[in-house]
Formats: sequence, C-alpha cells, structure tokens
Amino acid sequence: MIGEFFKGLFLMIWKVVTDQPDPKVEFVSVFPATIQPIISVLLSIVPIIMVFASLFALTTLLERKGLGRIQNRLGPNRVGPFGLFQPVADGLKMLTKEDIVPHSADKLIHFLAPIVLLVPTLLAYAVLPFGQNMVPIDMDAGILFFFAVGASTELSIFMAGWSSRNKYSLLGAMRAIAQMISYEIPLIISSVTVIMIAGSLSLVEIVDKQSGYHFGFLPHWNVFTPWGLAGFIIFLIASLAESNRSPFDIPEAESEIIAGHLTEYSGFKYALFFLAEYLGMFAVSGLAVTLFLGGWRAPLPFLEIVPSYIWFLLKLMGLVCLFIWIRGTLPRLRVDQLLNFAWKFMLPMSLINLFVAAIWHFTSVWNFRGAGLGRWLLCAAMIAVPYVWLGRTLIGNKKITHRTYRFAN
Amino acid sequence: MGITFAIIAALTLVSAIAAMSLRNLVHCALSLAVTFAGIAAMYLQLDAQFVGFAQILVYIGAVAILIVFAILLTRSSETPQPVISRSWIMGIVIALAVFGVLTKVILSSSIAQRELPAKPAPTVRQIGDQLMTRYVLPLEAIGLLLTAATIGAVIIAMHDKKGRGDGGQNVNSTPSRAEAHQHADETHNLIT
Repeated sequence: MIGEFFKGLFLMIWKVVTDQPDPKVEFVSVFPATIQPIISVLLSIVPIIMVFASLFALTTLLERKGLGRIQNRLGPNRVGPFGLFQPVADGLKMLTKEDIVPHSADKLIHFLAPIVLLVPTLLAYAVLPFGQNMVPIDMDAGILFFFAVGASTELSIFMAGWSSRNKYSLLGAMRAIAQMISYEIPLIISSVTVIMIAGSLSLVEIVDKQSGYHFGFLPHWNVFTPWGLAGFIIFLIASLAESNRSPFDIPEAESEIIAGHLTEYSGFKYALFFLAEYLGMFAVSGLAVTLFLGGWRAPLPFLEIVPSYIWFLLKLMGLVCLFIWIRGTLPRLRVDQLLNFAWKFMLPMSLINLFVAAIWHFTSVWNFRGAGLGRWLLCAAMIAVPYVWLGRTLIGNKKITHRTYRFAN
Repeated sequence: MGITFAIIAALTLVSAIAAMSLRNLVHCALSLAVTFAGIAAMYLQLDAQFVGFAQILVYIGAVAILIVFAILLTRSSETPQPVISRSWIMGIVIALAVFGVLTKVILSSSIAQRELPAKPAPTVRQIGDQLMTRYVLPLEAIGLLLTAATIGAVIIAMHDKKGRGDGGQNVNSTPSRAEAHQHADETHNLIT
C-alpha cells in the first residue's frame, strides 16, 4: 500500500515535470474508489493555490525591488539575502496584526467582502490551460466562465466600500465600480475577436488554433496579426484597469482617498484583498497569454523541448514585469480622463477591431499571389487610420506643448 | 436532483425572501444578487452552461451593480416606514387566490398532459450554430440595436462635453475673438 502510494506519487511528479498526459491517473487509483474524485479534484486545486500564492509573494518582492530601481532607491534589502525573505516577514506581520472593525461598520458584510472577492478570483484559474496537459477543467464555455466569475468581483468591492461606513471607502468603491464596468466592455470585445477567429469559446481549443509557424520561425500567435496586435494592446490596457493597477489605480488613490475600499481593513483581511488583487492580475495576464500570445506554445520550433508550462509561466511573468514597469512609469489618471478614455477611445477602437477581425476571417479565402501580405496591409490600415483619426479628433483643439510650472521653477 | 438541488433551492428562496423583507435597501440588493447566483447555479446544475454563465455575467455583473448604483445615487438607503404593510392579511388572501387559480388552470391545460421531451444536450457550440444559422436575423437585429444604443450613449457623452467647452469659450470672449486667440496660439506654437 505505502509502496504503491509513493510509486504513484513519484510517477505523477515525473509525468508533470516531463509534460506527459494524464499525470494523475496512477496516483489516484491507489485510493479507494469512493474518495477518488475528491483526491483528483484536490490534486488540481492545491497546486494552483500553492503556485500562484507563492508567485504572489515573489511578485510583491519583485515589484518593490523594481519600483525601487525605477525610483533610484534600493528597495527592501534587510530580510535575508537581497531581501528575499521580505514577503515572509510581510506575511507574518499581516497575520499578527490586530483585525480592526469600525464601530459603525456593517459587521457581516465587512467580514464577507474579502472572502467574496477572493473566491471568484481563484475560480477563474479553473479554465486556464497552464500547459499542454495541465488544464483543470476543459469547459466548452471556458472564456465565458472566466468573465462571469470576473464580473462578480465588482460587487464585493462595493460591499467592502459600503460596509465600512467611511466616505473615502464609499468613494473608492464607486470609482472602482465605474472603472471596472467601463473597462470590462473593451476587455470582452477585444477577446471576442479571438473567439470569432478561433470559432470556439474553449480556451484549450483557442490555444490549439495558434499552433504552427509561418516560414518556419514566426509562430501563429494571434498577436502577430493586425487585429490581434490591436486587440492585445486594448486587452492589456483594459486588464490593467480591471485589476486596479497604476495608472488606473484611482479606486485606491492614496493621495486622494487614503486607500479607497481598503481604508478600514487591517490585518489578515487586508492581506486577503491584496492577495485577491494580485491573483486577479495573474489570472487576467494568463488569459491574455492564452488568447493572444499562444498560451503554452513555444516561440520557436527548436524550443519545443522545453516543457510547455515553463513557457506559460515565462510569458505570464513577462506580462507581470510589464505591469510593474508601467506602474513605475506612468502617473495616475483623473476620473474624467479615465472614463473618457474608456468610452470615447477604447470602446470605438475595440468595435473597429471586431470589424477588422471579421474582414480578416473573410479574406482568408483569398489565394492570389501576395494575398497574405495584401490582407495583412489592408487590415493594418483599417486599424491604423481610425486610430489616428480618433486620436486627432479627441485631442481636438487642445495644444499639447511643453508644460511650465509657474511656482516650481 | 437530490441534495445539491435542495441546497441551491433553499439558498435561492431564503435570499429572495430576504431581498423582499430586509429593511436596509443595500442589504436587499445584495440578497437579490445571491438569488441571481442561486438561479445561475440551478441552470448549471441542469447542464445549461451558457445560460448559467450569461446569468452571472448579466445579472450579478451588471443588473445588481445597476441596482446598487441606483440606490446610492437616489436617496438614503434606510427605509423609514415598516416593511410589512398594514393590509398584509388581504395581500396574503389575494396572493393565495391568484396562486390557486393559476394552479388549477395549469393543471387542467394540455401542457400538463404533455410528456417530458428527451433531455437535450445544449452545448455552447450548438447554441452558437443555431444563433448563426436559424436565428441569425433576430440575433443581428438585437446586435444592431445594442450597438446603436452603445454608440448613441458615447455620442451623447461626446456632444455634452463639446457643448460645455464651447460655452466656456463664448462666455469669455466673442467667437471671432476666440478664433483669433486660437490662431495666435497656433502661430505661437509654430514659432516655439
């Protein structure tokens, strides 16, 4: 019994590391038939929580270090070598802090908000294909599931803001909802283009459609098509806003409204909010990787010997580093700028992009000489011309010149 | 069916009753969101993935938020008068009467005698195929309507902003002077 247990365990680990199909089968069959489904489910859930929670710890350190370098500071460097154990210290601090609930707060909702936020965020991981044989649930409507659970996080942010009975919290929650609703539309429309071209809502099939290479080296990723590139950029901007990251961090703008809906939270509940925010960022970056960057597929044919999940994680970390870089570079938007940008620029651009994707789909039957290039140029022009026109129109008569600060000079 | 159904049904019913009877309007809205989630869970239990996820996306992601916004932006969330009205006995009598009549009519109609159809397998792909072939015209009509509404909202927002901007300029100076001012600005920019 014990021998079989360890044999199954080692076989499973070996299969996971070497990227083979059905890694769980032998290990699960060791257990009695009644608890096999539960063991199988646990084997899918526990690694997701462990991997992404430790990725969260690593990313907080990376973010603080990266922001430090961008701002000419050292960043955390006291705990452990190069400050590597800083996340551990932070976690312990969060756990041992007193949990303060305001006297006039709505106790039940104040307690429920972080939980209701974290659960859908974790659920979103259920459909992401992390590797060739690593998808927790291959759902027919995977991407719809992702957006459905993502939509329910808005309500929990409102719960947090409203139940605190603090005007800053309520203001932050209202800002967060306005922002998330506005940016959800371009987010979904830009991913509809991929669904339209792939002809499936299943994320596994979307990754499958991006296999193969042009000319032997350029992968068939969606980001290398005109609509894919535009869609990827729109998706990236909208996902920054969805995960409340800078420059879209007005819901928790420290200098205006303290910390928005987080103001009245402390201790472990605050840590849960923080965790949910980062997990949401990883999930939406994972979706961006799946939709536009070829999912777990290798960028070059000879690199396919590297296991697929490593490529997924590398692309994911690339996007996370990009998010950190953007956070260190751009200042925060004003509320009106934020909403104007969403409704007057992002929405029209994503609708145009949807139209271009349809044209891309219909011109795929062209087979004269130079059809591929002509199709590419046509679609690129159809995106670039409205982009320039829309940008010019929105700027209008405003003159963008060098700004002078009368009192600073 | 079985215990899953019982749990979901109990959750849906309890939260629906709470949505009707709680005093605080925001609490009501939140319990309504739980009711929506319960209905979505019911759809999912019936293997209707598309409808279930669409229910969550539309009702929890949009309708519940809209309700909450409406409550917060219109008036105070505390209801001053008692929730249960004074003529509750009459209300219950009327409700029971309506329920009785409806039950009687439904049981005596031909629908009750009809046999249950075989359980279909409504995968998302089938729904998509049907929407794109048989029901393409209604779908396109709805799509056109919604797109027109979205673009209309954007245009209203754009127009409002532009109007205000012009108004601000006109207050400061006559149109011709404003133009001249702009022209001067342009030449200034060209020089610098």
